[in-house]
Amino acid sequence: MAKAFKPQIISANDLYVGDVVYMNSGGGWTRKLAEAAIAHDAGDAEKLLQRAVPQQGKVVGPYLADVALDDDGRPFPTHFREKFRTRGPSIRPDLGKQAIYPERHEPLAARGGI
Amino acid sequence: MYRYDEFDHDYVRSRVAEFRDQTQRRIDGALTEDEYKPLRLMNGLYLQLHAYMLRVAIPYGTLNSRQMRTLAMIAERWDEGYGHFTTRQNIQYNWTKLTDVGDILDALADVEMHAIQTSGNCIRNVTADHFAGAAADEIEDPRPTAELVRQWSTAHPEFAYLPRKFKVAVTGSPNDRAVTKAHDIGLRMLRNEAGEPGFEVIVGGGMGRTPMIGKVIRDFLPKDHLLPYLESILRVYNLHGRRDNKYKARIKILVHETGLEEMQAQVEAEFARQMREEGGPVVSPNPEHIAQIAAYFAPPDFAKLPAQSAKLTKAIATDPALAAWVENNTADHRASGYTIVTISMKGMGDAPGDATTAQMRVMADLGERYSHDELRISHEQNVILPHVKLDDLPEIHAALQKAGLAAANAGLITDIIACPGLDYCALATARSIPVAQDLSQRFAEPARAKAIGNFTIKISGCINACGHHHVGHVGILGLEKSGIESYQITLGGDHTETLAIGERAGPGMTAEEVGPAIERLVDAYLDVRDSDDERFIDTFRRLGADPFKAAIYPENNCAAA
Ligand code: HEM
Ligand code: SF4
Repeated sequence: MAKAFKPQIISANDLYVGDVVYMNSGGGWTRKLAEAAIAHDAGDAEKLLQRAVPQQGKVVGPYLADVALDDDGRPFPTHFREKFRTRGPSIRPDLGKQAIYPERHEPLAARGGI
Repeated sequence: MYRYDEFDHDYVRSRVAEFRDQTQRRIDGALTEDEYKPLRLMNGLYLQLHAYMLRVAIPYGTLNSRQMRTLAMIAERWDEGYGHFTTRQNIQYNWTKLTDVGDILDALADVEMHAIQTSGNCIRNVTADHFAGAAADEIEDPRPTAELVRQWSTAHPEFAYLPRKFKVAVTGSPNDRAVTKAHDIGLRMLRNEAGEPGFEVIVGGGMGRTPMIGKVIRDFLPKDHLLPYLESILRVYNLHGRRDNKYKARIKILVHETGLEEMQAQVEAEFARQMREEGGPVVSPNPEHIAQIAAYFAPPDFAKLPAQSAKLTKAIATDPALAAWVENNTADHRASGYTIVTISMKGMGDAPGDATTAQMRVMADLGERYSHDELRISHEQNVILPHVKLDDLPEIHAALQKAGLAAANAGLITDIIACPGLDYCALATARSIPVAQDLSQRFAEPARAKAIGNFTIKISGCINACGHHHVGHVGILGLEKSGIESYQITLGGDHTETLAIGERAGPGMTAEEVGPAIERLVDAYLDVRDSDDERFIDTFRRLGADPFKAAIYPENNCAAA
């Protein structure tokens, strides 16, 4: 039997700011993991990746990352590396995604990314 | 200090302009990320977990107060109000935006700084003893040599695409504070029987996944043969280095696989060829140029002072905090009445090497006022004021206290080296900074740290060993094991002239287990040491690893009994 497929999302870094972004179901980019498009099987995952890879003008290094789903179907990271990526440095709760810095989000927002 | 000439100024400015253009082409879509990445790396720009990171070169760790103020300004204006001083005597900014990099590089160029060759497979920023030009034990200031190597290696066309990165370190003292034996090339200054200064040339040292102790390839190299000899080593490496395998591409592997003798023969043959065919060293700079460089590093005008400062003695008598700080954080200076101050970037619970904008400004002011306008970054991630009058220590200490920079722990167990680890670094397998913070809090009590004495803990967040864990008395390596962070402890490393690579103590442990394990290890050491003066590393060498392994893994003891 094939190994059970773990749900996946597309993660990348924003080209301008360098921070973590996720691909949403419209093929655009969001900073909120909750808004990420979720692939439920390998075919979906490949499609998402194919949609992300050409978007070099917006993001760097898109890749598929495993997630788990909560009771409401929202994704959350399973690997600790991804957990840090969704939050920011564990030693600086005042920085990164865990601290909201609206001004840091401007470049992507301005390009309709959020 | 070295000052840019017209050539340097033009070169750095034109590189900034070039990089702006490359970045614009990336944004316009003319360059793909695959095309742009090597270009940005050549200019020190990495992409980390949460943002871009810019690594700025501080050549041989020397800077003046104006440069330090610019580093502070950059942190304030374009970053998050702090910077990270690294084991390579550089500074890293963790929150750089792509569109700001051009402006940051121009601001650096204003004060004769840049980020060129701080990454990529080229000859990297040359490092040197951070006490250079000040240490009492010094044969000669290593910085003119380091500067010469910098000029030779900057934009050297033949060596821009080496098999892998290449790091050179220089020391002018028999006490090796530059870790020369763990570099691709280490240069140790010494004198021959005729009393002429030259170098012992060490090659093929390194850390990373395959740590190696550098080997002496030339016992004595006359000073004026330096560049042709370096050129010869680099040529042999460039030709034969393992370009087929990234993990075997460093010169340490070439030396190891080729054997020192054969390597030596090849280098000497190339050296002889250069000297003979070209009728003399090809790349030998003229003596005038050498003298010019040396003049930049002429010692400052030291005042004639008595060896003791009555003022300091009096202040120490009534101020125990000052006394402890003077005892730990100053080192012997070559001029009477002067000392070298280490400003610890390792306050209890701090992230090692991080300094805020305000702290950088305070240090710049102190450097300007009390240290002939000079500061240094040490590979231990501390900041040095190299030329300080003993008389001025009380004022300096008071200013540092106000800035939260007066930790009296240089060389003690809380003076921990840690790489950025998984809090920032895209290559990391585990975090390193929180482990350092936990340990520094555990050993924060000054009397306890003093009783333990000289003790180095070095932490890396992955096998690349940027945090020098291989050469820590105690090394801690963060790995991933079954989906969680796991830490491996090594024992018996040494970063000095008696360089040693630590040996693994046993299986990995969780982050929470590291602190208690190190506490047990330290208690065991205090129990078995010969005298209060026997450092951990000496006890380790006398007794071997067993008593310490037993302390780290007490659960194994009954099984062994
Ligand atoms: C963007 C973050 C960093 C990346 C991607 C990075 C990458 C690497 C890699 C891949 C190696 C192994 C090289 C090899 O074995 O061939 C290495 C080694 C090293 N790095 Fe880093 N590093 C980073 C940050 C740092 C920092 C912050 C420091 C200083 C604190 C540093 C200092 C060193 C040192 C001293 C070594 C070992 C010496 C050597 O073998 O070259 N690195 N680094
Ligand atoms: S040792 Fe690993 S985790 Fe630490 S800075 Fe180097 S590459 Fe990153």
